[in-house]
Amino acid sequence: MNETSLWSLFINACLINNFVLVYFLGICPFLGVSGKLPTATRMGAAVTFVMLISSICAYGIQALLVAIDAPYLKLISFIAVIASTVQLVEMFIQKVSPALFRALGIFLPLITTNCAILGLALFQTNRGYGFVQCIVYALGAGAGFTLALVLIAGLREKLELAKTPDLVKGTAITLVLAGLLSLCFMGFAGLSK
Amino acid sequence: MAIDRKQIQTTASDEFLKGVWKQNPIFVQVLGMCPVLAVTNTAKNALAMGLATAFVLLMSNIVVSSMRNFVPKQVRIVTFILVIATFVTVVDYLIQAISLEQHKSLGAFISLIVVNCLILGRAEAFASKNTVWRSLLDGIGMGLGFCMALLCLGGVRELFGNGSLFGVPVFGEHFQPWVVMVLPAGGFFALAAWLLLFNWIGEVRSRRAKLEDVI
Repeated sequence: MNETSLWSLFINACLINNFVLVYFLGICPFLGVSGKLPTATRMGAAVTFVMLISSICAYGIQALLVAIDAPYLKLISFIAVIASTVQLVEMFIQKVSPALFRALGIFLPLITTNCAILGLALFQTNRGYGFVQCIVYALGAGAGFTLALVLIAGLREKLELAKTPDLVKGTAITLVLAGLLSLCFMGFAGLSK
Repeated sequence: MAIDRKQIQTTASDEFLKGVWKQNPIFVQVLGMCPVLAVTNTAKNALAMGLATAFVLLMSNIVVSSMRNFVPKQVRIVTFILVIATFVTVVDYLIQAISLEQHKSLGAFISLIVVNCLILGRAEAFASKNTVWRSLLDGIGMGLGFCMALLCLGGVRELFGNGSLFGVPVFGEHFQPWVVMVLPAGGFFALAAWLLLFNWIGEVRSRRAKLEDVI
């Protein structure tokens, strides 16, 4: 495995096939916690961490399931691993930073049902990535998720000050913003050969 | 993410209808957005996804409500997720058996039904507190509402993006497709437009109600 292909894997997961804006994974936290910039950044970090851990676990589980020939257990075991990782992260954040714990609120346990994480685990097994590739892919996806979250949070903070009709306030205008961002990210498609 | 917590005792038909219109999972509660945006590039995909999700929702609602009295409170979320994951695995293999082509075009999004917040949301907010019969009605209603919303989105996106509906051309040959509608960005725009429409209807209704109060 040479360096360039790992780098292109990272760019691919982060920009070209951004999980949020191109694959539509993890839209719920994307719309829910993107109101303020600091919260968005920390949420991104938490998701990246969970992604990394669950990606490594998923790699191990896949190898085990292939060994015992039980592919139908894939989904169930993946989701169980993700749920327990999230539980771990939750306890960790609660101890280290109670303020962040309160700011993330309901969205912290909801990382379990963040499709981006399960999606990552499924994509990497479908494509048969090796161990190092899995880690790079998870980091790229996490970075992409954080990037999208931070971008939209910045835009929404500006939007608070702008004059918008009452009718479009809330989810509708955020979706339009997300659509514009998604259009911008399509420009990155030129990066891959 | 506003889930109406007021689960007042209502009649069976209300239980059924609230999912279709008043608490429509997508247009009103804005739950389970990921598949909504990802697989609605054609009406056919949207319908298949809607039916699969509705089936899982219905089954998980029934199972969760039937065991609501045995499951300890601390492990309920994990239990719900495992129940949901089981049914999603069933659906996954079912679709593969019915049409391999459809399975390919939906891809990983069938497995991702597991993490659809709508299903877990209904299990937690409704099925774990209500009888099997009511949960069944709730499941059918919400499933139908979800299907309907997916079809609305998928229909609009296919109509403008390809100039067809369910693969049948609707406009004449001279129609220039709006390519953006089948791209990811189009999903966001189409959903935003539908939400605006629903906001507008809600606003007009409340204004009319106010007027009637004054008179």
